[in-house]
Amino acid sequence: MAFIIPPLVDVQPPKWVKPSFGSKVKSATPGLIVVVACLYVAVVILLPAVSVVVQAFAKGIGPFLENFESEDLRSSLRLTLITACIAVPANTVFGLAAATAIARKKFKGKALLLSVIDLPFSISPIVVGLMLVLLYSPNHGLMAGLVNSLGWKIIFSTPGIVLATIIVTFPFMAREVIPLLEEEGWEQEEAAKTLGASDWQVFWKVTLPSVRWAALYGLILTTARALGEFGAVSVVSGNIASQTQTLPLFVEDAYKQYNTELAFGAAMVLGGVGVISLLLKMVVERLLEQDKKARSLETESE
Amino acid sequence: MATYKVSFGLAFLASIVNGVFGLVIAWALIRCRFPGQKVLDALIDLPFALPTAVAGLALTAVYSREGWLGGPLYNLFGIDVAFTSVGVAIAMVFISLPFVVRTVEPALRALEKEQEEDAWCLGASHGQTFWRVVLPQLAPAILAGVAQGYSRAVGEYGSVVMISSNVPFKDLITPTLIVQKLEEYDINGATVIGTVMLLFSLVSLLAINLIQVWGQRYQGN
Repeated sequence: MAFIIPPLVDVQPPKWVKPSFGSKVKSATPGLIVVVACLYVAVVILLPAVSVVVQAFAKGIGPFLENFESEDLRSSLRLTLITACIAVPANTVFGLAAATAIARKKFKGKALLLSVIDLPFSISPIVVGLMLVLLYSPNHGLMAGLVNSLGWKIIFSTPGIVLATIIVTFPFMAREVIPLLEEEGWEQEEAAKTLGASDWQVFWKVTLPSVRWAALYGLILTTARALGEFGAVSVVSGNIASQTQTLPLFVEDAYKQYNTELAFGAAMVLGGVGVISLLLKMVVERLLEQDKKARSLETESE
Repeated sequence: MATYKVSFGLAFLASIVNGVFGLVIAWALIRCRFPGQKVLDALIDLPFALPTAVAGLALTAVYSREGWLGGPLYNLFGIDVAFTSVGVAIAMVFISLPFVVRTVEPALRALEKEQEEDAWCLGASHGQTFWRVVLPQLAPAILAGVAQGYSRAVGEYGSVVMISSNVPFKDLITPTLIVQKLEEYDINGATVIGTVMLLFSLVSLLAINLIQVWGQRYQGN
């Protein structure tokens, strides 16, 4: 660590050096490619997104803010926030635990656990909701006896919504952290242990700091999805206005009942959260990359 | 049963469109330098970040007869987009586009430009270079991305349910049918369809893994 040698990748020819014919070969078409790419993205993605903003503020800021006096909108916003407040911390803890277990321990059924974690990614959210109904429904669920004898209400109430959200958002944290932990190897943790650190200390002072940006990234993805989940929640919630309606469900309901302004107002809130999470994600991505670069420098100079 | 045809057929259509344009966008992002590139890059992730209900609302607003794109399309060509199967396909295109782009990008970055130059030096035309040298190497990544997008498009509910009129045989998709069965308390019917969907996602998960293994072997050569 005496001095740091810059990596070769950063050494680039000065600007006045003209690239040789190699780059000319490809320069025949890029213009067209760029135009097509931009046009496609503009029509398919940008235009719909902009239309939400325009529609939400079509009558100015005053009417937009008036939307929030709607009791249904407020209660759905509250429910969405409550759900996220339970689902996100739960998945952060379990996601980190699962990631550490998968990356650090050897046990039977590890591959199985890994694919089970991935399952919510590939299953339709509707099917996730359906599975919960089949399990906990008080009339025909597999656990109907248990649910009824304890007097719980899961389907068509908040616990069901929270459960559905947890299932759908589970993979994000583990997926982001596992590759980094595997790449790291565990020399540092072993070193800490031989120096007399307890398991707990190793986790807080060595493991967690080394994956902090990946964990943050996972946290952002989890939160964004938890706030916006629609399919799974719509199946288990029953969609009762002011009671079991989350914000995304409210958007659909309001639009169906021709409450266009309310729908766009609520959509604007959700969309805003989406865009903010996107921006945060970009910042964290950059931090993650810097972190990686710094680490590869360290290993090179050792 | 007709919903399977609608769901799988339209998702297939959407995946093919995305396969082509996803490659073009990935190419623009990796190989070209132009102003606004960062913005384009960020926009690709928007369908990931935007809640599906918002996406559905936005697409319906744009493609309905009073919308910015739907209006002109209806007036000029007499095509209705929102509340028809075309709209469903567009919603599927919207949500599955990032999968293709983000899967093709790393493969394209790993592709060595020298190979294309070699081919060019050996007298191959642009077309030949693309079809014989570039495309075979990118094929596994494109396929994997398209498969991921496809399985997402088949399972998508939130955005599709808003832009579709949910008329059976026309634009009623399978996930919506499950919800409808549940609303009619037809738990058995819903379970049967749900099982088919579950099997499909397991098969597609397997297929995606196989494609990725195949792609790695290809890169080893």
